[in-house]
Amino acid sequence: MKLRRDPNLSDPDALYAALMEAHRGLDEAASRRLDAKLVLLLANHIGDEAVLKEALDLARGTVPGQDAAPATD
Amino acid sequence: MSAWVPPRYAHHVPPRPGGVEQARVAIVGGGLVGLTAALDLARRGIASVLLDEDDTLSTGSRAICFSQRTLEIMGRLGIGQRFLDKGITWNRGRVFFRDREAYSFDLLPESGHEYPAFVNLQQYYAEQWLIEACEASGLVDLRWGSRVTGVVPRADGAALEVETRSGPYRLDAEWVLACDGVHSKVRRALDLPFTGQVFDDRFLIADVRMQADFPSERWFWFDPPFHPGQSVLLHKQPDDLWRIDFQLGRDADPEAEREPERVRARVAAMLGEGVAFDLDWVSVYTFRCRRLERFRHGRVLFLGDAAHQVSPFGARGGNGGVQDADNLCWKLAIVLQGEAPERLLDSYDAERIPAADENIRHSSRATDFITPKGSACRAYRDAVLELARDLPLARPFVNSGRLSQPAVLRDSPLNGPDEAPRAAPPGTACPDAPILRDGQPDWLLRQFGQGFLLLAREAHPVKMEGLRTVELRDSPRPGALHDHSGLAAARLGLAPGECALVRPDQHIAARFATTAPDPILAALRRARSL
Ligand SMILES: Cc1cc2nc3c(=O)[nH]c(=O)nc-3n(C[C@H](O)[C@H](O)[C@H](O)COP(=O)(O)OP(=O)(O)OC[C@H]3O[C@@H](n4cnc5c(N)ncnc54)[C@H](O)[C@@H]3O)c2cc1C
Repeated sequence: MKLRRDPNLSDPDALYAALMEAHRGLDEAASRRLDAKLVLLLANHIGDEAVLKEALDLARGTVPGQDAAPATD
Repeated sequence: MSAWVPPRYAHHVPPRPGGVEQARVAIVGGGLVGLTAALDLARRGIASVLLDEDDTLSTGSRAICFSQRTLEIMGRLGIGQRFLDKGITWNRGRVFFRDREAYSFDLLPESGHEYPAFVNLQQYYAEQWLIEACEASGLVDLRWGSRVTGVVPRADGAALEVETRSGPYRLDAEWVLACDGVHSKVRRALDLPFTGQVFDDRFLIADVRMQADFPSERWFWFDPPFHPGQSVLLHKQPDDLWRIDFQLGRDADPEAEREPERVRARVAAMLGEGVAFDLDWVSVYTFRCRRLERFRHGRVLFLGDAAHQVSPFGARGGNGGVQDADNLCWKLAIVLQGEAPERLLDSYDAERIPAADENIRHSSRATDFITPKGSACRAYRDAVLELARDLPLARPFVNSGRLSQPAVLRDSPLNGPDEAPRAAPPGTACPDAPILRDGQPDWLLRQFGQGFLLLAREAHPVKMEGLRTVELRDSPRPGALHDHSGLAAARLGLAPGECALVRPDQHIAARFATTAPDPILAALRRARSL
């Protein structure tokens, strides 16, 4: 396990609000593009394939014993 | 300039219609790959009978981008210069998104290669030169108008049913190279599954003749104003011919899209009003990526599109098929000459199946990027393209086709030791480099010939059975190659005293820290499956 799983942000509410703010007024497609850009920018910043793979599996709910959203095909 | 008229070759007339003939090697299909195989075998002294149902070259627009590795192979076969003389050399690609350039890339940032990253050339020229060279070799029995209609494999070869205008006959061949393209009759006769992924998007290919001053570059548009929501690719070919690929989407009606007026309108929208052009060729395609489970079936071996099919993004079809021939022919030749056991041919599967998978993976990924399905795929695609304009970090994600690179046969059972791992590990096609021979400028790969070779730097290996030695020297020396620029040593990663064993297809088989003969001879045996 290389992905941090403990809380690491000093102000999670502020980040959450910033994300909501960024999506305000965007249609569905523009919102998706925004999220995609964020993922790409952050992935490049992290640059560690093992961490990214772990995050991807966690998000997909394919990590055993984890309570994430069930994956659908 | 007027349209090029393809030559017609005389139909073969069998001496005894209804009879039985013999051949040591029969090649089914005289397209790009079958002809390359026939010429490669001929260069190794092996005669073959080549059967093609047609009596002319490939018609219309097919392969145009010939990669550096293909050109090096054509160089080894003696016709590389023709590609350089006629082909359009290009190294730069540009990617546009909507109305602006997103970024550009240089495919060959380093100089010092005899051949460029790519030349563009109509496939029929390549085939014509191969045919001429096959004819001149005196070892290829080219039989046009000869359709293979049945194949019965046997332990010692296969029986081919051949149909000609003058009647049918049977050809009993000891070895069959199935190079009969994507609809391979041989593959169907052996009832072999050919499975993979189907892409639904239709593409329009228009070859346009015009005088235009676009540079010799590959231009790729995503979602341009003249063709909204789709992609377009522009390539220059010789004879003032331009290849334009328009993505049409999934719902396009192929019949209607082929209408010349409709095509002309699309091209005019792209070029702008007032640019005069003629339509030379139009077709509508869908793409698939699939392969046979195995390419060797006893004495029947599959090459090129008969063995694997890819989408055209990345120019991997023809280039991959030429590498199949490059890989197989030296092996078959030494098996036939009694210098290696038949099991050497199993390494054709071990080496070319991973290569085909790599081609399929790259061309599938490119197709996914170019024709995104679903809103998430499109969001990522467009996000990449929007970021790529200003941020170099996003550019490596842009995939308009990862252009054909030679396969690295990393896990080949023929590979020997890598005693001094630096550059060019075993399984790599040996990089070219400029050298001086007797003070004259020349190229490294030109010195290799058609057999196994030991390439030694600053060393004088003892004479070894079945192995030619080429010495690379840092300063001029009689009989040695002068590595005056240091590029040969650098690209090969050879320190003084080290050497590399090179296979007849110019791939590195093993690397040694010294020229002590025992490990070298062991690697030579291994590379022949002995
Ligand atoms: C639009 C398009 C663009 C492409 N662009 C590129 C590119 O830029 N670069 C690249 O490398 N590749 C490209 N390709 C792929 C390339 O054209 C093929 O991969 C290549 O032609 C395969 O060569 P082949 O010899 O295996 O098959 P083919 O060229 O199809 O040759 C098969 C031969 O077998 C003969 N034949 C068939 N059946 C029989 C039979 N029963 N008996 C006797 N003879 C038979 C046919 O007459 C034909 O001559 C492109 C393809 C397309 C369609």
